[in-house]
Amino acid sequence: MKKALNYGILFLAVTIGSSFLFLPHYPAPKTLILPGGFHVEVIADSLGAARHLTVTNNGIIYVKLAKLKNGKGIIALQDLNGDGSAYKKTGFGNYIGTGIYVKDGWLYASSNTDIYRYRLNEKGEVTDTAHAEKIVTGLLDRHEHNSKSIVLDNNGYLYVNVGAYSNACQLQDRALGSPGMNPCPILDSAAGIWQFRTDKAGQTYSDGVHYATGLRNVVGLDWNNDMDQLFVMQHGRDQLFQLDPKLYDAKQSAELPAETMYALREGDNAGWPYVYYDPFQKKKIVSPEYGGDGKKTGGENAVDPIAAYPAHMAPDGLVFYKGTMFPERYRHGAFIAFHGSWNRAPEKQKGYFVVFQPFKNGRPDGNWEVFADNFAGSDNISSPGQALHRPCGLAQGPDGALYVSDDAKGTIYRITYDAR
Amino acid sequence: MKSKLVVVIVMLGAGVVCLNSRPTLAEASTSGPGPTTMQRGQKIYEQTCLACHQADAGGVPGMTPPLQKSPYVQGPSMKLIGIVLNGLNDGVEIDGETYSNPMPPFSTALKDQEIADVLTYLRSHFGNKAAPITVTQVSKIRQSLKK
Repeated sequence: MKKALNYGILFLAVTIGSSFLFLPHYPAPKTLILPGGFHVEVIADSLGAARHLTVTNNGIIYVKLAKLKNGKGIIALQDLNGDGSAYKKTGFGNYIGTGIYVKDGWLYASSNTDIYRYRLNEKGEVTDTAHAEKIVTGLLDRHEHNSKSIVLDNNGYLYVNVGAYSNACQLQDRALGSPGMNPCPILDSAAGIWQFRTDKAGQTYSDGVHYATGLRNVVGLDWNNDMDQLFVMQHGRDQLFQLDPKLYDAKQSAELPAETMYALREGDNAGWPYVYYDPFQKKKIVSPEYGGDGKKTGGENAVDPIAAYPAHMAPDGLVFYKGTMFPERYRHGAFIAFHGSWNRAPEKQKGYFVVFQPFKNGRPDGNWEVFADNFAGSDNISSPGQALHRPCGLAQGPDGALYVSDDAKGTIYRITYDAR
Repeated sequence: MKSKLVVVIVMLGAGVVCLNSRPTLAEASTSGPGPTTMQRGQKIYEQTCLACHQADAGGVPGMTPPLQKSPYVQGPSMKLIGIVLNGLNDGVEIDGETYSNPMPPFSTALKDQEIADVLTYLRSHFGNKAAPITVTQVSKIRQSLKK
């Protein structure tokens, strides 16, 4: 009872606090559905296209926007009283983008072509917001799959995804009957991961290492400290039915191919566009644009995914849980934000939730489970525009809380655990 | 010589018949879209357009433009027909939102009549209100694109 009262007061405080700070105030979104003992607060809303987010050791949350909000592309949220009751909101950076990451006293952020860094003071604040150091420039942006997600390792390197500006590397992208280009010319400068130094200004493709290839589009990625290894989530190809109606029907096309998790090493190739991963046959299948028949296997030189998830759910966020706030079973496991599908039409859409993937010894162990649900506000979504919220970015706070960003309306959620 | 002349006359006759039948088709779609045009248009929408533009024509945020109350759908017919024939890969912007996925050309996949039907359907559904598109308009633009 006392507990309920405390939460009531906290809720009131958050509501009042946010009404003051975040005008105009929108109605609170429907509550997320979480496992027992977990709680959620909305710490900001109406930020717009809130893509990825990151949290400093002092608890300042930085959010990267894919659409400028009052002319700003990065929003900092600072807990004023240290109790989550009110957040100060400031903005800087006049460019749109997706990637944002904090490490060792620097804030890194990406536009769709460049990567910048900002010096943080001992409080985790960016003091000189006007002067960002441009450390990488000239990454390809040809509209499709143009977001540049970033993560750092523990040795002074940064990893960035450059997505394929194509669905299946056809001569004419997404056109019925257009053949796959062989070799696929996109692979030289996109559809892969590039590695750059974190401390050198003005790097271009030629200064970086082409770290991994054959990855159609990666938005969610994280560094796994247990394995000292880069883990990525790939968005599988679209439109098997529309592009090859003789081989696939609409239902098969909605379930193929898998969304896939890879544990990468330098030089790895994940097989796009020549193969896709079929989660039912558990094999790499030759793409129809490259002579496949839905059964023929290929990609002998390509790595296998270490986990597979239902098709088209769009994994946009990945974070390994390193905290101790959540129960033991969550520690070292992965949270994955599935943005939600569009490519299952005319079938019902799927995703719009955050998944937990248990891990053991640095590898997925056991089945994934839905962790945070009901972002969409309904489980009957036929078109992604109907979803109230779409989870995109994930980050862990210094106290072990999990933060989730929504890029449909710009809501920032804070998920905590308290078993009592 | 005589037989050649007969062939020419027959061909001319056939031409006249063809010419005669054309305005009838065009008329059918200009004089208010009948249920058949709508039914055909809806079928083409579902088979060809829905996968990307979605069942409610709401599109996909950030990727595929919506076709609801669309300035493109309700805009100049020449531009609209051109997009269907040629595709579009310019990073469309509507109401401050940008859309990144390309649209492939449908000049081989769809016939003139099918393009007229689906555009006529779109121009009277999903909150759009604009004049029907005729097969003659589509043919003209297809011809001009070939030049």
